[in-house]
Amino acid sequence: MAYALATERLQDTTRRGGSQSTWTALRRAAGRNLRAHAFLFGALVCFALFTWYPMIREIIMSFQRVHRGQTTWVGLGNYRQVAADPEFWQAWRNTLEFSGLALVFGFAAPFAVAIVVNEFRHAQGYLRILVYLPVMLPPVAGILLFKYFMDPGFGLFNEALHILHLPKSQWLASKSSAMPSLVVVSTWGNMGTATLVYLAALQGIPGDLYEAAELDGCSVLQRIRHVTIPQTRLILSLMAMLQIVATMQMFTEAFVLTGGGPEGSTTTVVYLLYNYAFNYNKFNTAAALGVIMLLVLACFSAIYIVLERRGSED
Amino acid sequence: MTQQTASRVLLTRNRFRARKPKTAPTYHRTLISRTQLSTTRGKRFYWIALTVALVLATLVFIGPLFWMATGGFKTSQELVRNPPVLLPSHPSTHAFSLAWNRLGMAQLLWNTVVYAGGALLFQLTFCVGAAYSLSKLRPIFGNWILALMLASMMIPAAALVIPQYLTVLDLPLVHWNLQNTPWVIWLPTVANAFNVFLLKRFFDSIPNDLLDAAAVDGAGPLRTLWRIVLPISRPILGVISIFAIVAVWKDFLWPLITVPAHETLNVGVNTAATSMPDNALVGGLFLASIPTIVLFLFFQRNIMAGLTVGGVKG
Repeated sequence: MAYALATERLQDTTRRGGSQSTWTALRRAAGRNLRAHAFLFGALVCFALFTWYPMIREIIMSFQRVHRGQTTWVGLGNYRQVAADPEFWQAWRNTLEFSGLALVFGFAAPFAVAIVVNEFRHAQGYLRILVYLPVMLPPVAGILLFKYFMDPGFGLFNEALHILHLPKSQWLASKSSAMPSLVVVSTWGNMGTATLVYLAALQGIPGDLYEAAELDGCSVLQRIRHVTIPQTRLILSLMAMLQIVATMQMFTEAFVLTGGGPEGSTTTVVYLLYNYAFNYNKFNTAAALGVIMLLVLACFSAIYIVLERRGSED
Repeated sequence: MTQQTASRVLLTRNRFRARKPKTAPTYHRTLISRTQLSTTRGKRFYWIALTVALVLATLVFIGPLFWMATGGFKTSQELVRNPPVLLPSHPSTHAFSLAWNRLGMAQLLWNTVVYAGGALLFQLTFCVGAAYSLSKLRPIFGNWILALMLASMMIPAAALVIPQYLTVLDLPLVHWNLQNTPWVIWLPTVANAFNVFLLKRFFDSIPNDLLDAAAVDGAGPLRTLWRIVLPISRPILGVISIFAIVAVWKDFLWPLITVPAHETLNVGVNTAATSMPDNALVGGLFLASIPTIVLFLFFQRNIMAGLTVGGVKG
């Protein structure tokens, strides 16, 4: 490959230079490559230091253990330790619960909002700014705010439930409602991006399709089912994949609002990784967990890429 | 869901959409036809729906901000009173000044600005250099390097945190400890495959004839980049700048572990949250949000255009 490239460059140079000697041409090609690599240098160093090297290092670390400054190979020992940890399975269950709920809410809500907003001829810009505003806030500010709204005693949410004659919720304080509460926080903070993406997609749907559907006697809901959704299918599935990968890395909300509690019900995989490394000081176990996470999420990324390919062939 | 991932979706989508001949921007048929809306019933329904949507959206997205802003003027008792008080009875700015001092808000803001500004500068310099090299100078192994960079997009960021952290504690070969220095934020942001990809695609669309003409006039690659490529690329540079700043502004886990002594706004607010009176904390949250709100309202057009970056012809 490299050889072929080099000869190609060489021929390129000779063609331009006319009757140069091979030596001069070679020197020119080398000089040009040197210059090109000089432009590449900064980014290359950063990628090597902060992506490629850590990636290899994590895999190596996950098979090692450090005891009193002595590094030993332990094979799958770290992985066995992780798998034997009940917290590990709990964390995956929690993460899947969050991801699943976030997919249902964080997926349906922006799509519905986008469909409705797209119908309005007025105030579209205003609505767009509103939905997107939380995305721009410093995340901790938005998240901490919900600590007050979700307070079981004086919180506004319980007040609203009371007015609607609905039973009050413990929100973040109870094991069963903590995770759904985090989904509410995260959806409020992040739905703006998805909404704008869907809006852009909706605006690309040809109007004739709706026209035809209407002539065929489709109701509004049927038009959504038979025109809107098929027309945005690819974008919907791509966003779903991206959202799975993004929500499975949830950390900030749990760290700020619940600290993983109550009773470990909001300890996500990334949270556990953080705990292993920075609270239990077990970096190698954390590395093993990192590799597991990497493998699982890489599968979703792979699905995303396949979908993207298929989309490009349509 | 980050902005980058969102625009990644739009990118893949728009690239393959057949370009329609531009006609005058007339009315675009959506879900519900205009004839249906222009009946008396349709009109009434439209205006009711719009009003409901506006009130609801304002309540959901501005409401919390309003509560936050007024909360800082209340006393702590008033803040948690049940039923809630809409406006403070004796507004006082005491909580804001307390929050400003206790949080060290000036310092936190300054830190965040330094981190974001530096990250922007480094990303623009190195990512542009890399993309220019890969797109126009085409060095040996260029395609392999690009493939390796793009492969890193499959890796979930959170999974690599542990080895990245260990790497910045003791940089390979030179053995520098970057912890608590701005470099630890600046340098890793350069390893952003999406930026390089976006820039390369844009540079690919710049005709080579233009660059050859510059070369004939005796311009070296650096001069060509500076005088020809960069001025053309202004839109894409704007998009990348926004991504760069927002990413640093919103990050939590990485600054939490790498710059504990010089916290970002996010981390600092969270650290101080437990030791502050309620009204001061809420006031602090509002203070922390003001810069973003102002910047967003100021640049909202550009930011939203950044989301639909797929419109860039490639």
